[in-house]
Amino acid sequence: MAGRPNHLRWLPLALVALGGAVGAATREGTSLIIPDASGVPVAIAIVNVLGAFALGYLYEAVTRLGPGNPTAASIKLLLGTGFCGGFTTYSSLATDSAVLLSHGRWGVGSLYAFGTLLIGACATFAGIAVASRANARRNSPEGARR
Amino acid sequence: MTPLIFLALALAGGVGASARYLVDGLIRSRLKTAYPWATTIINVSGSLVLGFITGLTTAHLLSSDASAIIGTGFLGGYTTFSTASYETVQLIKQNRYGFAIASGIGMLLACVAVAGLGLWLGSQV
Repeated sequence: MAGRPNHLRWLPLALVALGGAVGAATREGTSLIIPDASGVPVAIAIVNVLGAFALGYLYEAVTRLGPGNPTAASIKLLLGTGFCGGFTTYSSLATDSAVLLSHGRWGVGSLYAFGTLLIGACATFAGIAVASRANARRNSPEGARR
Repeated sequence: MTPLIFLALALAGGVGASARYLVDGLIRSRLKTAYPWATTIINVSGSLVLGFITGLTTAHLLSSDASAIIGTGFLGGYTTFSTASYETVQLIKQNRYGFAIASGIGMLLACVAVAGLGLWLGSQV
């Protein structure tokens, strides 16, 4: 059915906003609990890596609902675009790295930036792999009997 | 941080996430390229603004509460590490290694660079 594109319809926007608000709150809550380690925002690194894993897992897991499934689309908007998008942050990663570099802490700044990127990519891979394996178990005859 | 500021931060995060979804949709509808430009544009623009916000705050031109709401809240919701990481991994799986490097290291270097520029601009105000 033709009509307004999704990014201009209120329900998808509302799902993203809700997930995003909870994600941002969770990120800030994590920051308040886990302090910086000698100027390095460990909490942000943790939420970025966890969020990367979660998104990889989520997007792979919902594929078992089939393409074009409206529930899958809503789940992805609320938990993926919304929560994971609000939970993780690229602007803080970039700015905190820039601040470290501007203070002459080249080693720490580079390690923080590239470390987050590399470990985050591994976390995404892992999330996809875990969900893929879970999907395969569900689809196998042995899994269906469980 | 007061509960009210925390709430405002969360709501700003929700608005930022919706803004990201909106901008992402607009860019995708106009740029039909193999490389996922939307996330790059969003993360680079968000990093520039957060650098500026942080520079202003360091220069005591912006309160830490306002910085929390606009920076940690809105820009934290607007930018995304999870989507960037997912797109990079997908590009690797598609053997699009050039695009993957751009989406990975390229985006990181660009965002850190513009954040640094923003920091400097904020200190010049």
